[in-house]
Amino acid sequence: MGIEISGVNKNFGDFVALRDIDLTIPSGGLTALLGPSGGGKSTLLRIIAGLETSDSGTIEIEGQDTTRVPAQRRNVGFVFQHYAAFKHMSVAKNVAFGLEIRKRPKAEIKRRVDELLELVHLEQFAHRLPAQLSGGQRQRMALARALAIEPSVLLLDEPFGALDAKVRKELRDWLRRLHDEVHVTTVFVTHDQEEALEVADSIVVINDGRIEQIGTPDDLYDKPASEFVLSFLGPVTTLGDKLIRPHDIEISRLEQAAVVDGPITRWTRIGFEIRLEVTPTDPRYTEPVQVTVTRSEATALDLHQGDHVWLRPSVGAQSLPTP
Amino acid sequence: MTELSTVRHPRRTRATYVRRAIVLAYLFFLVVWPVSLVVIHTFSDGNHLVAALQDPVVVFALQMTVVVAFWAVIINTVFGVGMSLLLVRYEFPGKGLLNSLLDLPLSVSPVVIGLALLLAYGPRDGTFAPLLGAIDFQVIFSVPGIIMATAFVSLPLVIREIVPVLQEVGTEQEQAARSLGAGGWQTFRRITLPSIRWALVYGVVLSLARSLGEFGAVKIVSGNITQQTQTATLVVEDKYLEFERGAAYATSFLLTLIAVAALVIVTILRPKEKK
Repeated sequence: MGIEISGVNKNFGDFVALRDIDLTIPSGGLTALLGPSGGGKSTLLRIIAGLETSDSGTIEIEGQDTTRVPAQRRNVGFVFQHYAAFKHMSVAKNVAFGLEIRKRPKAEIKRRVDELLELVHLEQFAHRLPAQLSGGQRQRMALARALAIEPSVLLLDEPFGALDAKVRKELRDWLRRLHDEVHVTTVFVTHDQEEALEVADSIVVINDGRIEQIGTPDDLYDKPASEFVLSFLGPVTTLGDKLIRPHDIEISRLEQAAVVDGPITRWTRIGFEIRLEVTPTDPRYTEPVQVTVTRSEATALDLHQGDHVWLRPSVGAQSLPTP
Repeated sequence: MTELSTVRHPRRTRATYVRRAIVLAYLFFLVVWPVSLVVIHTFSDGNHLVAALQDPVVVFALQMTVVVAFWAVIINTVFGVGMSLLLVRYEFPGKGLLNSLLDLPLSVSPVVIGLALLLAYGPRDGTFAPLLGAIDFQVIFSVPGIIMATAFVSLPLVIREIVPVLQEVGTEQEQAARSLGAGGWQTFRRITLPSIRWALVYGVVLSLARSLGEFGAVKIVSGNITQQTQTATLVVEDKYLEFERGAAYATSFLLTLIAVAALVIVTILRPKEKK
């Protein structure tokens, strides 16, 4: 059940957007398709919605083969990055659109629209035009509009990509809570690993038209299947001949068994966190090592720029051999 | 900052007034003065307007012009919207060629267009003469030919207004409508049409003005037969050449009046819509 994708291929001319995608998206979950721009994740979402056709393969939604079903009969809610608000209609009319198309009775439409506007906290904006709303409000309206048709799946294409950082964070939390309330199978596309890790139940990492890894946020972070997943999900540095996260490195001012030692050559403080660069004395390692410590750690260890330090992986740190 | 404000509120120097005077003089001598002379002559030495409206030739021609303009505008609106959608929303071989062909009616002299239609649909040696003769349908020297010629010359006006708006609006709203369950026609009527509405109104008004004023192409295909195929612009020429100048002025005045009225109505309607 949920969404069953098998053997999907898609080319745009010479460009291979998706190759041989097999994927099961569980019913009722909140799944993120994560990957860099142009990796094919949006194309896959649009194929599920029927806004794009695949060259081969099949799509099943809740047990029904929808490969040949046109978009308007798939009963899929779709939210666009740039809202796709109906500019000439009021907020209430926007939300009512799908229900009016379905010729529901007037009273029912009104009740449902009121309910949804309350759900997305736009009750007092019902009679405004989309142009009179902020970006975040427009996207919430678009969500209400998509939810109005009681879709079997809700698809969101970079839903918070056009919003500023603070609103994006608010809407992220809000989407998570909304999903806990509504429980509709939800798939969203994002290139922001933090967004995926924070919101999703499971993450599908897509790169270069292929699925790199599928798993829970913890799985992906702790057991990355490839260098790509490791580096895409967070910062990565080279310690000796291993790839490792900068915060998984143990740093010491006293000589001890270490992989690499050298002076701190760069010191950048960002809020509570300090990013250091250590240039190895060993000539085999040319790249400086990035190390992240908290401000209190730095104080406790009495670290300063120019200090000679010894580095080794901290206990339980995940690492991959360098390619 | 100071520079910015200078740009926004230029100091009124003598040069400013000279520039304004040049623009105003240009507009006055090219447009305002000549057109106002038509109005003045219509109402000088007796009311030519009343006289003209009692002349059956003029009345017939005015009716003919309205009928022809009406059908030409209808045809151009339907085809214009269809063509614009085709040009903006679909990719097909020969699109570039079609796009440049669409400007042909504006760049080619209407006389040439009239001749071309005469050659294609003429009753004696036109390409379709045998076919049209067989079903006893007269195109040239008749109303269908006049409508064709008028539609031809004003063909691009609706398209050129709608295409940029369609491009700007994009397809996302249409896709959203589809995903919400709207079919092709519902999407067009509820989403596409409202977003191009004002461009369409402008295109229609421009088409209407152009159709009312068409002379060259119509003169050739109509045969200019009094009270049968004569439109208002042809009457203006005829009356002027026959030294019935009062009737010529009065008819011109009416043609101008209709065109100005159309533009005024659109200007009044438009800001209301924006609120």
